[in-house]
Amino acid sequence: MRPVRFNIRPKEAQIGDSLMVAELPEGHMGEGFFATSFDKVIGLARKNSIWPLPFATSCCGIEFMATMASHYDLARFGSERVGFSPRQCDLLMVMGTIAKKMGPVLRQVYLQMAEPRWVIAVGACASSGGIFDSYSVLQGIDQIIPVDVYVPGCPPRPEAIIDGVLRIQDLVHNESLRRRNSEQYTELLNSYGIE
Amino acid sequence: MVLTNDKIKQKLVEKFGNMVSGFEEPYGMFTFQAPKEMNLKVIQFLYDDVELQFRFLTDLTAVHYPERIGEEIAVVYHLHNLVSNTRIRFKVYTDAVKSEVFTASALFSSANWQEREAYDFFGVNFLGHPNLKRIMNVEEMDYFPLRKEFPLEDQTRIDKDDEMFGRG
Repeated sequence: MRPVRFNIRPKEAQIGDSLMVAELPEGHMGEGFFATSFDKVIGLARKNSIWPLPFATSCCGIEFMATMASHYDLARFGSERVGFSPRQCDLLMVMGTIAKKMGPVLRQVYLQMAEPRWVIAVGACASSGGIFDSYSVLQGIDQIIPVDVYVPGCPPRPEAIIDGVLRIQDLVHNESLRRRNSEQYTELLNSYGIE
Repeated sequence: MVLTNDKIKQKLVEKFGNMVSGFEEPYGMFTFQAPKEMNLKVIQFLYDDVELQFRFLTDLTAVHYPERIGEEIAVVYHLHNLVSNTRIRFKVYTDAVKSEVFTASALFSSANWQEREAYDFFGVNFLGHPNLKRIMNVEEMDYFPLRKEFPLEDQTRIDKDDEMFGRG
């Protein structure tokens, strides 16, 4: 028979264990006021409420379903609201093999998203074509749209996908508010043929 | 009503004489070939004959044999007799440069898309086909990817480690 075990040394409950509190950005604080820059506040707000748009075409999409579900729970990072309209979403998550014929569709979805927008390529296929080194498969989605974060794996575990989302959060948090108006950014988009 | 392979062969030879050849029975499936100009006549005969009754085209595809000079492309028809549950395979061979075969889409509607697929991957020009254009691949593609002269992988790539793909 399996021995029954009791936890005789329970951990003291700490409020911080079950609640994630964002750290206060740098700034000046005094009686009844707090002053900081827009960059930091907006970055903080955006980072903790990213709306992902899943573009799942194969097995990496199944891993994403696990990531969204209760066990791994992407909601812990403020991304539980998966939007299925590109108009409303901030983060395009491309998960799975993108065939060359799917390329224009993916590009269209990207173009329909409003700025600021981020892209994460989940898995080997979305990042580089993966094992499908073939005439029909796009060899990485960065051939048609700019990508911010690549998650390796075939397919990556949910932890890896969460890590990728956290890397996106870092980017969102630290991005300058002027970046999307900069010349470099326009140049980047132009290199993909996006006006 | 049993339709044996010998019976089919006998009926074909009776009708077409020495035009039909290459009789084989791989895994018990009756297989034969005919000149490509005869393909519709043979399929029509197999369709109409009261005993043969091959009225279902299960598959239509092509194969590239680069070593068979002058008849590199084989167009393969799989036919099914739904009454006696018999399946046969019928092949015609054609040249790779000018691969022209008459379309079976007038006889079998299902041949329409399957011939488009064979055209898409092997470049077989089905004469008389109502809508012969690419069906699976991107329309901008300018070659026929399953012909053997085109390697599967993109040869210009340097970012993929050959060792990992078994071609080191």
